[in-house]
Amino acid sequence: MAEPLVFRFEVDGDNFTSAGQASVQVKKNLRELGVDPETIRRVSIAMYEGEINMVIHAKGGVAEVIVSDESVEIILRDSGPGIANIEQAMQEGFSTAPDNVRSLGFGAGMGLPNMKRYTDYMHIDSVVGEGTTITMKVNF
Amino acid sequence: MTVNELAQYKGFTAVAMPDGEREIKGVYIGDLLSWVMGRAKADDAWITIMSNINIVAVASLADTACIILAEGVSLDASVVETANAKGVNILTAEMPAYETATAIGALT
Repeated sequence: MAEPLVFRFEVDGDNFTSAGQASVQVKKNLRELGVDPETIRRVSIAMYEGEINMVIHAKGGVAEVIVSDESVEIILRDSGPGIANIEQAMQEGFSTAPDNVRSLGFGAGMGLPNMKRYTDYMHIDSVVGEGTTITMKVNF
Repeated sequence: MTVNELAQYKGFTAVAMPDGEREIKGVYIGDLLSWVMGRAKADDAWITIMSNINIVAVASLADTACIILAEGVSLDASVVETANAKGVNILTAEMPAYETATAIGALT
């Protein structure tokens, strides 16, 4: 493909039932493009974790996925509370998720570490009180 | 062993089988969804007692072979419906997670 393909999704902020819709759609799109299963799995998990974070912390946001010849890039933007200490947030097990979220099986403090684990590049831009933008890349 | 084959064994019941010919290549036990996504491998049978709707998305995105609800945990009809729509296999097992895993181990 010459021109990168761009998919854009609104992530609904207060709906755990539909959380993951964007990731599931991306998975479907990548499969139709003939992307290999392991790359699809890595993109899907990283994006789903990001989507869940947006639902838990930021009342939703916007997800953009750019498929080029070299990589799948995922950009997640929200206008949530921001991350005060990114280094701490990146530690496995550190979580600020409320109890109702934990009872669903989320909020174990593994979201950001998983996003890093499954991607080749990850960058967090966050301003407390303004929002967070996370950029991730999975190379082919 | 395929998911369909596992469902034939005593103690296992098929609840949603949209993709029953998938091969089971390993087992992962866990209830914290991000741990499952971080650690389960593609084609694992995922044993859990979590039964909310999000398990379907987790299984689909992590590409596990099936979900097995241990301890006889039951599911809402809406979860079964979503699993069928998303191509996610779900079984229930009467046994606890450990016994469920060892039973699968003995069969594969």
